[in-house]
Amino acid sequence: MTIEGTQEYSINMGPQHPSTHGVFRMVVHLDGEVVTKVEPKIGYLHRGLEKMAESRTYTQFIPYTDRLDYLAGPHNSLGYVQAVEKLMEIEVPERAEYLRVIFAELGRIASHLVMIASGSLDISGWTPWSYCFRDRERILDFFEMTAGNRMTPNFVRIGGVSHDVPDEFMPALKSFLEDMPEMMEEYYGIFFGNEIAQSRMKSVGILPKELAENLLITGANLRASGVQYDVRKAEPYSIYDRFDFKIPVLYGCDTYDRHFIRLLEIQESKKIIEQAFRDIPAGPVMAKVPKVIKPPVSKVYHRVENPKGEMGWYIVSNGTTKPARVRIRTGAFVNVQMLDAIVKGWKIQDLVTIFASMDLVLGEVDK
Amino acid sequence: MDALNNLFVNIAAAIRGLFADSHSFSADLTINIIAFIILFLIMVVAALFLSLVERKFAHWVSQRSGPNRLGPHGWFQFIADAVKMLGKEDITPANVDKFFFKMAPMMLVGVTLMVFGVIPFGKGMVAIDLDLGIFYFFAISSLSTLAMLMAGWASNNKYSLLGGLRAVAQMISYEIPLLFSLLGVIMITQTFNLSAIIEAQETIPFVFLQPLAFIIYLIAGIAETNRAPFDQIQGEQEIVAGPFTEYSGLRWGLFMLAEYGNVVATSAIAVTMFLGGWYGPGFLPGWLWFILKIWLVIFLMMWIRWTFVRMRIDHLMHFAWKILLPLALVNIFLTGIGIYVYELLIARIGG
Repeated sequence: MTIEGTQEYSINMGPQHPSTHGVFRMVVHLDGEVVTKVEPKIGYLHRGLEKMAESRTYTQFIPYTDRLDYLAGPHNSLGYVQAVEKLMEIEVPERAEYLRVIFAELGRIASHLVMIASGSLDISGWTPWSYCFRDRERILDFFEMTAGNRMTPNFVRIGGVSHDVPDEFMPALKSFLEDMPEMMEEYYGIFFGNEIAQSRMKSVGILPKELAENLLITGANLRASGVQYDVRKAEPYSIYDRFDFKIPVLYGCDTYDRHFIRLLEIQESKKIIEQAFRDIPAGPVMAKVPKVIKPPVSKVYHRVENPKGEMGWYIVSNGTTKPARVRIRTGAFVNVQMLDAIVKGWKIQDLVTIFASMDLVLGEVDK
Repeated sequence: MDALNNLFVNIAAAIRGLFADSHSFSADLTINIIAFIILFLIMVVAALFLSLVERKFAHWVSQRSGPNRLGPHGWFQFIADAVKMLGKEDITPANVDKFFFKMAPMMLVGVTLMVFGVIPFGKGMVAIDLDLGIFYFFAISSLSTLAMLMAGWASNNKYSLLGGLRAVAQMISYEIPLLFSLLGVIMITQTFNLSAIIEAQETIPFVFLQPLAFIIYLIAGIAETNRAPFDQIQGEQEIVAGPFTEYSGLRWGLFMLAEYGNVVATSAIAVTMFLGGWYGPGFLPGWLWFILKIWLVIFLMMWIRWTFVRMRIDHLMHFAWKILLPLALVNIFLTGIGIYVYELLIARIGG
């Protein structure tokens, strides 16, 4: 049998592949090296977190929330805990609010560092990867010295935080903040300013503004497509309205901008942490909450700006100690749908960079 | 010093002296077999050691600790790696083309070893002193493309096939600027013999006369040895390991051996053609200078590898055909003018 013309070549990337982040699986249809179609297959990390929540008490579910976006644990639990606090109408002490913000923003920096690192690793940049992980390590050390766990600190509690930070935390944080400008320069010099890296990323994988809005893309991916939207400004939660920070926005819509906006966001997070570090008051870190958390019969929706996008928590309470239903809207899960739309026509090498620029965490996608 | 300089030459002469007729067929055969064994050992040891140095260098660049368990600062790690490689199970997947699958790594190593045959490590220290040395180098190293394609095709794996096809596209494209960058040197020396080319550099290494050619050679050489930023063939982020995806154990080890052997060979040719070969300040024997210069080039290649990210395959082809090749032609043109002017001057001074 002879085959006329060219034949489509479909290859299976993942769930076991060196460059898929986590256990994401793509069925890639190729014409030579050019991608004609990508079918994302998800669900390899599905743990049924929403169902698990129904069989655990409100407090028992907090550690599970850390495992959603496991690169930025504190922000997930912040969203969940604040939703429960809305149900219970609990006032949180000032110091606890500041500590929550510091931890949430440290988590954001850590998450963005991993994103930049894996983005560079996907075009074979081992050295920038190493630099980013070196600095992320210091953030994980902060989590460890405070909460004991490195990646999933389980620090936020209903009514405050689990305990105050140790004495060595604040000096260490100060020196970290002082070192940050130098780190930023290093990342720029070795990765963002690199001629080859720019040629690999600039004007590759365009996500136009209209498409981004129509696909409900949120987070840094949306802001790299020219939409200035951030839940921290649009609907301030916790004490984010007290801080002076900007929402960076880029108009390139390409892979490079989706990487670069993370660097800009790290700088804004640094500003927030500096202000929180300056203003943090002394006092208790835990409000007076009942021993048994039993919210009244009602429902609540609360949303926060997770590093991966907007994260929404819909909790239905039936008046018992366990939630009747928990629904989690995660940014990364919704962002998956942009993949097929923006990789068409690019080469298989670009598919890898474009996929990295989406910054997916499979814990969030599969839940 | 002189004894040290001619150490290996004297040993060879002594072995020849054992035979009744020192230029008989049996004497030549013995010397060639010994030279072959020594070259193979040089290649294996250099490759193993290089794999460790590469990691050490990478970790130094990116501020990690690297292998640090076995021996002082982990410097014996390569022995453990070799033993591990030998002890691994040799897996041949079910649907591969068995003959070519097994043939490919051996062929690649054989090709690399054959290149070593013409490298003059010191004055008189060359296994086969061919008059067409540099021509031989190109003819033989082109064969490694075939081995890559063989591995990619025989593996019966989609990633391998993509890698094999990339290998053909890339290595054939970069061979042309590589060859053309050396033409300038050949025009000046008017010989293909590698020893003669080194002897022509006694006063001044050709890197000063042919700086552009040296840069072109280095870039194209990195591409020929498939190292970052030109490692499309085994780009693990896209195509897992390219043609090597299905290989395991010692067969995979042979590919690595060939890769590092190629790095050494390419650096050795760079030293021969541009950096003055065995010539150097007299306090060290010539062959040691040669080895030190090889290491200098290897470090340059590692530095580039761990600083830059991988290029895209179409950018890579554009770079070869639209930038490197015209530059190499310009270099040849300038060399021609230079030689003409030089000869005019000589004629005037002489007259």
